Amino acid sequence: MEQQYIDFYKEYHTLIKQHSAALMNNFRDAAFEKFERLGFPTSKLENYKYTDMSAPLSIEYGLNINRLQFQINPYDVFKCDVPAIHSYLFFVLNDTFYPVNSTAKQHLPEGVIIESLRTAAETYPQLVEKYLGKLSNEKDDGWIAFNETFAQDGFFMYIPKNVQLSKPVQLINIMRSDVDFMANSHNLIILEEGAKAQLLVCDHTMDHVHFFANRLTEVFAGKNSVYEHYKLENTNVLNTNVSNLLIHQEDSSNVLTNVISLHNGVTRNNIEMLIDGENCESLLCGMVIGDKNQDVDNFTEIVHKKPNSQSRELFKYVLDDTSKGAFAGKIQVAKNAQKTSSFQTNKNILLSKTAKMRTKPQLEIYADDVKCSHGATIGQLDEAAKFYMQSRGISESEARLLLMFAFTADVMDNIRINALKDRMKLLVEKRLRGELSRCEGCMIC
Amino acid sequence: MLEIKNLHASINGKEILKGVNLTIQAGEIHAIMGPNGAGKSTLAWVLSGNPAVEVTHGEINFNGKNLLEMSPEDRSREGIFLSFQYPVEIPGVSMVNFMRTAVNEQRKYKNLEPLSAADFLRLMREKKELVEMDNKLTSRSVNEGFSGGEKKRNEIFQMAMLEPKLAILDETDSGLDIDALRIVANGVNKLKRPDNAALVITHYQRLLDYIIPDFVHVFYDGRIVKTGDKNLALELEEKGYDWIKKEVETPIEQ
Ligand SMILES: Nc1ncnc2c1ncn2[C@@H]1O[C@H](COP(=O)(O)OP(=O)(O)OP(=O)(O)O)[C@@H](O)[C@H]1O
Ligand SMILES: [Mg+2]
Repeated sequence: MEQQYIDFYKEYHTLIKQHSAALMNNFRDAAFEKFERLGFPTSKLENYKYTDMSAPLSIEYGLNINRLQFQINPYDVFKCDVPAIHSYLFFVLNDTFYPVNSTAKQHLPEGVIIESLRTAAETYPQLVEKYLGKLSNEKDDGWIAFNETFAQDGFFMYIPKNVQLSKPVQLINIMRSDVDFMANSHNLIILEEGAKAQLLVCDHTMDHVHFFANRLTEVFAGKNSVYEHYKLENTNVLNTNVSNLLIHQEDSSNVLTNVISLHNGVTRNNIEMLIDGENCESLLCGMVIGDKNQDVDNFTEIVHKKPNSQSRELFKYVLDDTSKGAFAGKIQVAKNAQKTSSFQTNKNILLSKTAKMRTKPQLEIYADDVKCSHGATIGQLDEAAKFYMQSRGISESEARLLLMFAFTADVMDNIRINALKDRMKLLVEKRLRGELSRCEGCMIC
Repeated sequence: MLEIKNLHASINGKEILKGVNLTIQAGEIHAIMGPNGAGKSTLAWVLSGNPAVEVTHGEINFNGKNLLEMSPEDRSREGIFLSFQYPVEIPGVSMVNFMRTAVNEQRKYKNLEPLSAADFLRLMREKKELVEMDNKLTSRSVNEGFSGGEKKRNEIFQMAMLEPKLAILDETDSGLDIDALRIVANGVNKLKRPDNAALVITHYQRLLDYIIPDFVHVFYDGRIVKTGDKNLALELEEKGYDWIKKEVETPIEQ
């Protein structure tokens, strides 16, 4: 399966580079060599044991290396800006950053840059060079190598020192194509010292063809910065999503990541929070509601490199039909990372006998003065609670719904934007009711 | 109102109820007493439709309908209410949401419009006063972290909200202090009407000082073995169950 992409790169690398930025091309050939060596990660690898991508990879996808623009303006067709959430709204169509709507640009505080990565790399090369690839180049992962080989663009956000965004930024990834299509994009997010930002990433698909999205996101959270990263996946069964989210934290930074999958096909999220400073707070949450053949694998890694930081992790899955879930929670505490506290919880409910969940906590602790714990459970809905509700006249289906909703409540409570929290609760409720959980007002998904 | 005929039931294949016969008319209060493990709660489970109990034989007629064919929720909507011996904690489901869903599903069954938010809150306030329930409790998750007594009071509060035709109180007095016992009993008495009835399962005569029963039944080894008036409760309090056990175990022929 790798070979066609290898041949493709050999034939078209000049063209690929021509339509990208020099800073991205700098590591492109090295990434290609790495990909040639590693290939696509298969389930033979320990870390990819539960992610089988052979079916989606057997499909032939189109790639848009010529950077042809699309014929739609998402600001016109896409109204999914979560009503009541006033946000700065941006779009990536397949793998191309859509030119910024002037109204969105106008209100950004002084010095803030939100742009296509390619443009940013050409306009602010010194700034971009300092960060781009600094986390991802180090990795020995086939998907990251593949991304760095083919990604030509992506989303770029820069929040300068002490600037705090008062509104969240919303980034909508839209997949639109008439033929099976693959998108690779590289996103870069930089918060300087004391900066504050919230980013909401929504994944959507417009067409019923096979899509493969491979997203690489690097986040640099400087000293005392506060960053919240929300990801909502609401695609469909034909969609395959591989995402690598790499976050670097400096002293006293506070980062929240909350990854929610409502509808999808096959999804693999690799999330790494690298705590490279003291007195940091890291909160990593996520939730999956799966039915039919949905498959979601969240592979997470929290690395404490320095002393005195706290991390917390909370993942919940509700799986029905023949859906599959996997969770890996690796916590690494380096030898000198004393006074670390790190708590991990993964709870799962299986609603059918055919749904499957794999959960794997993994603690690697090299320091001695730490507080760490982990707990994982796989169970069914609480029958006693369900009967108690029924005995008050609540129908069985409503009782199940209330219990499932209650089960996910603590993940929802880790959404710090109130309007988004309300909105998400509504979407989750609709999702659990089996109603379409598309964003209201969204005309295209 | 309720007619139980030769009811046999088992849990996990083990027969617990061994031929229960009981008739309750509107306006009556029945008390059931009996030693631990006799099957009193099992009878309450059968009436409320707990799927853990399997009915193997017998009939139950409730206001002209076959109760055994109904789902637990429909039994509730038809007017059966069980105050649980061990109320269940439901973390993450708020009391308000729980009660509003229950009240409105009951109303829907009766073809009534859902209560407006204001009317619902008014009803909650009124019923809370009736059982002197702390405001803080209704703002929490259902029974979560409630003390034993608070849970029991919450059961009576729910009963007041739903106004059942037949209230089954399974040891609602256990774990209550003297004041709470009086409040709970008062709550039950205030809700008493000529067209409803109550079945009170208890170990203690003192509850029956407040809720005066028309009949007292002694439950033993899966059956009602003796029925009397309120004086039977006094006699049991004084003499215990041994004399009843002897009576039952001695073959009648002799
Ligand atoms: N899940 C179960 N599996 C097996 N036996 C059970 C189960 N639940 C109840 N029993 C048994 O059924 C019998 C009757 O229990 P039940 O709770 O009805 O008694 P009770 O009269 O209410 O007692 P108490 O006064 O202690 O509340 C007991 O012997 C009990 O152990
Ligand atoms: Mg009992």
